[in-house]
Amino acid sequence: MNLLRTTVALSAIFVAGAAFAQDATGITVWADANRQPAVEAFIAAHPEVPVNLVVDDGSSGASGTFQTKISLADQAGEGWPDVVFSTQNNDAAWATKETNGVQPFAQVLNEGFLGDDFLKGFTPGALDPVTVDGKVYGLRNDLAPVLFWYNKTLLDGFGYTAPTTWEEYQALGDKLAADHPGYFLGGIGDAFEGPYIYYWSGQAPIFQLEGDTFKSNTTDPKAVKVSNLIDHMVANKSLTLDSVFGASFVATAANLVAIPGPAWYAGALFQNPGGVNAKAGDWVAAPPLYWEDGEKVTGNVGGGVWYASSHTTNPEAVKTFLQFIVSDPKVAGTGGLPAYQAAADAWLDGQAASGFYAGDFKAAINTAASSVWNGWGYPNFSPETSWAKIITPGLVAGKTMTDLSSDWQQEMKNEAQVVGYTVE
Amino acid sequence: MTTLDQPTARSTTSGRPAKAGRHSIERAQGRMGAAFVSLYTLFLLAFGVLPMLYAIYLAFTKKGAFVGVDNFLKVFRDYRFWPAVEHVGIFLVVWLVMLVVLVVLLSLLVHSIGIRWLSTGTRFLFYIPGALAGASSVMLWLFVLDPTVSPVGFMLRAFGSTSLVDAVQVDRLPFVLAVIAFWTGAGGWIVVMYGALNNIPKDVIEAARVDGARPIRIAWSIQIPLMRKWIAYMVIMSFAAGTQLFVEPRVLSQASRGVVGQDYSLNQLAFLYAFKQSDFNGSAAISLMLLVVALVLSVYFVFKGGLFERV
Repeated sequence: MNLLRTTVALSAIFVAGAAFAQDATGITVWADANRQPAVEAFIAAHPEVPVNLVVDDGSSGASGTFQTKISLADQAGEGWPDVVFSTQNNDAAWATKETNGVQPFAQVLNEGFLGDDFLKGFTPGALDPVTVDGKVYGLRNDLAPVLFWYNKTLLDGFGYTAPTTWEEYQALGDKLAADHPGYFLGGIGDAFEGPYIYYWSGQAPIFQLEGDTFKSNTTDPKAVKVSNLIDHMVANKSLTLDSVFGASFVATAANLVAIPGPAWYAGALFQNPGGVNAKAGDWVAAPPLYWEDGEKVTGNVGGGVWYASSHTTNPEAVKTFLQFIVSDPKVAGTGGLPAYQAAADAWLDGQAASGFYAGDFKAAINTAASSVWNGWGYPNFSPETSWAKIITPGLVAGKTMTDLSSDWQQEMKNEAQVVGYTVE
Repeated sequence: MTTLDQPTARSTTSGRPAKAGRHSIERAQGRMGAAFVSLYTLFLLAFGVLPMLYAIYLAFTKKGAFVGVDNFLKVFRDYRFWPAVEHVGIFLVVWLVMLVVLVVLLSLLVHSIGIRWLSTGTRFLFYIPGALAGASSVMLWLFVLDPTVSPVGFMLRAFGSTSLVDAVQVDRLPFVLAVIAFWTGAGGWIVVMYGALNNIPKDVIEAARVDGARPIRIAWSIQIPLMRKWIAYMVIMSFAAGTQLFVEPRVLSQASRGVVGQDYSLNQLAFLYAFKQSDFNGSAAISLMLLVVALVLSVYFVFKGGLFERV
């Protein structure tokens, strides 16, 4: 019965998609709800291009929606969208490859499709995760370097200074736990936080790709250091196990003193009435935290990507759409730091002018954006699925990263093997 | 059983002319039956039999070449396969036992209610959840299972769950899924069982009562044995649906931030094979295994339950 329901639901989606695909002037766009206002802005600005927006989950949490639906279209030989948005930046790993005799889904966007002058407008390095052998397969929506956000009003009130290193961050956690229990310094309840914010920033070699070989070593000293930090701070409750987008996090948001996190926390967490809903002037975006004995690098949490379909029958409309969505100063970045330099400058100036964030917002973001550690891999799977399966329930059950990290490493290696990588 | 068959046997055994008349009625009924199932048969061919044949072809080939049981061996060696078998197995045991015991019990209770409006009202109440589609009933259960918003949060906390992630831990999940499936599906079966109970001739029950049998004795020795076919039918249908567990863990997976893995059930694994690994052959191998298991057990229950026996 369940299979029947699924089949019916899937058929309905594809019938709807296919019906529209026959319209020669329009384009079909798959994007998540956060991108909807930007797509609607395009519709308003370009009435000559009819857009059929299909809202999905943007493959968040490594749900695999994008790849799943494309595989189905590949198998059916029809039903491809023209443009797809994904919150993940490892889709190039499969979208650039032929599957069962069907051409790669992702359209090569340089080499004549979009002008080089336009592509040069991206922040240097922004297109690296979607570039394979010199071919650009997607356009970054936003950059998502990890920086350090803190509530200046609270910190000043307690008489503490803001940490600049992970060691100081941990020490601040101890002080809060001792003197102001209930106040906390971030969360580890979502699958993206652990790997991308904590381990990536610590240069932990737990998710690396060399050619077709996947490597993960959770016993490397750099990884152990991060595991110990997490265990220490979970134990004294200065890190919460709630999801930053969950109801219980929001309920305790007034006690959030600081949080390391990506640039898109600006719109998605702080200036979101359903999130922290920060008061203007309370929060500071500071440069990323560093390890005292490490390099001055940081992590990265996604930063969505727009892909064009190689099957599109309407390339001109696709070009118009892509250029608008990543570079229009009003919509580019969709609440985060735009990957397109001119739009980023406009966004940063706007944020600085609004005075919402105290401190030097622009400098902090620029420092973070130029120091993302480049040792992290982009294979055709995500560390988030294994984190959610092993670590999230493990931590909730009272285990520690130290207990769980070998299981986690094994799960990542298993996943790598299943999708065809050599595992070391 | 033999004594129970007597009343029906007595009423049908009579002279020759009556027998001929009965045959012509049977023939007419047969024609009517054929007409009723013909449309279903077309759909069965298009959406059941043909895809099955295609799956058999896919399961034994790779890129169009015959590869024997390679696809099956690959699936057996997959680190996700046996845990998925275990998950689905435990779920089926918990759910089917719960279904058989509680549905039979509840339908007997409802049937014994003498007050007409109360009996109808109860059946209607039981049936309502069944009107919700799988995914939407899971959405509802997400709220029930999250201790922070649940109306029965105190019960969850009594079991030691303080968050949704904790409430759907993998070792608890078979029970959670069984409760969801029971809540959605049991009402429909209670109505079916109620119909089955109505089919039991009143004089049989009357005779038992005259012989001094109490309600429990009547239920155990008369009603339940006569419901055997319907119970077997319920088990077959539910077993087939249960092995295909997909929507519930899939929705829970997204809602629980991935704690319920995307590879929790066998059907989900088949889905990942097809659409994550683009390995339709491996996917077909899993589907075929599910089919064979469901088929073998169905045959067992058909004969054990005497489903095709004519009384």
